[in-house]
Amino acid sequence: MRLLIGFLFAFAVAAGFGLGLTQFALTRGTAFGAITIGAWTAWPKTGTSDIDPYARAAIARSGELPIGSGDGVAFFAALDDTGRALDGRCTVTIAGTTPAARFWTVTLYDLDGRLIPNAADRYGFTSQEIARRADGSFDIVLAPRARAGNWLPTGGIDRYVVVLRLYDTPVGVATRTAKDAPMPAVTAAGCA
Amino acid sequence: MIRWLLWLLGGLLLGGIVHLATVLLLPRTATQDAYTRLSATAPANGIMALPAPTPDDAVLPFMDPAFATAVCRYDLATGPLKLRVPVSQAYTSVSFYTRSGIAFYAINDRAAGRRIIELDLMTTEQRGEVPEDEEVTAADRLIVESPTPTGLILIRTFGPEPGLMPMARRALAAAQCGSQS
Repeated sequence: MRLLIGFLFAFAVAAGFGLGLTQFALTRGTAFGAITIGAWTAWPKTGTSDIDPYARAAIARSGELPIGSGDGVAFFAALDDTGRALDGRCTVTIAGTTPAARFWTVTLYDLDGRLIPNAADRYGFTSQEIARRADGSFDIVLAPRARAGNWLPTGGIDRYVVVLRLYDTPVGVATRTAKDAPMPAVTAAGCA
Repeated sequence: MIRWLLWLLGGLLLGGIVHLATVLLLPRTATQDAYTRLSATAPANGIMALPAPTPDDAVLPFMDPAFATAVCRYDLATGPLKLRVPVSQAYTSVSFYTRSGIAFYAINDRAAGRRIIELDLMTTEQRGEVPEDEEVTAADRLIVESPTPTGLILIRTFGPEPGLMPMARRALAAAQCGSQS
């Protein structure tokens, strides 16, 4: 009897621990081959045949088709520069310059990868649409209510991710630091 | 007490195995992966334009709304596939994915270096059957080997601003994907 209870206990631990770990790894993302620059993280190997087993399982589960490395590279930001989660009720500024690329796009998604509903039907910007200063730097304001300048509506949702995609770019598997790829700062300001 | 700690340790070890097994097996059992989602609507060895993603409805998660996208779901069982994509004015890319969504090859208009991206997609076996001399005469023909007999090709054209999206979609309409004959 004690043996049986022991086995049942061990199996319960195994199931809970093993599946919990899988769930955790697939929803949080892993550090394999990740490049983190400021608030931004990219997994360039995910767009190649060298993709790691965790990313492979994650894309099978989500249905995403990762951007191919011959096409571009995607940087994700779910936190600001100080490590706080991006909140759609607050004002967040993306400011600075971007790494060398033929062009880039910046898009807001909810945590499941859906676009964020808003009255303006505006889900992102391309590098050719935004207004810049004379030196080429720019500010993009993410806020629930309309702003002057480059405004992206957050729809007031709790949490979201910003994806900055560089197309036709030297940034990729060989990139290590902000020197190779200067990413814009992500700064949270006041909340509504 | 010691006995319970041992059971716990055994459970954790087994849990590690469960974790690795589920991670490795998940791609084979996934029911919501990109290929499965698209095979309901996309024809085999033909081109289908994907609707622009909206908050309520997107075929795939994390699609870039600045692009017009078309998909060719390929099945090489009947022979190699020919792909012909005239490039748009802004930017055009072609990405190849295996049955389980691994991006094994991608090329853009600049890398292709001409007005039309022309590719032959075949399995390693079919590649071996291509006669040597034919390969020489077709030196300017790009051959891509697919690791799996089925998979997806994503053709994407860039719309630099919302007003230019119709142009991007028109450029996609000229793309061709089909069996060689």
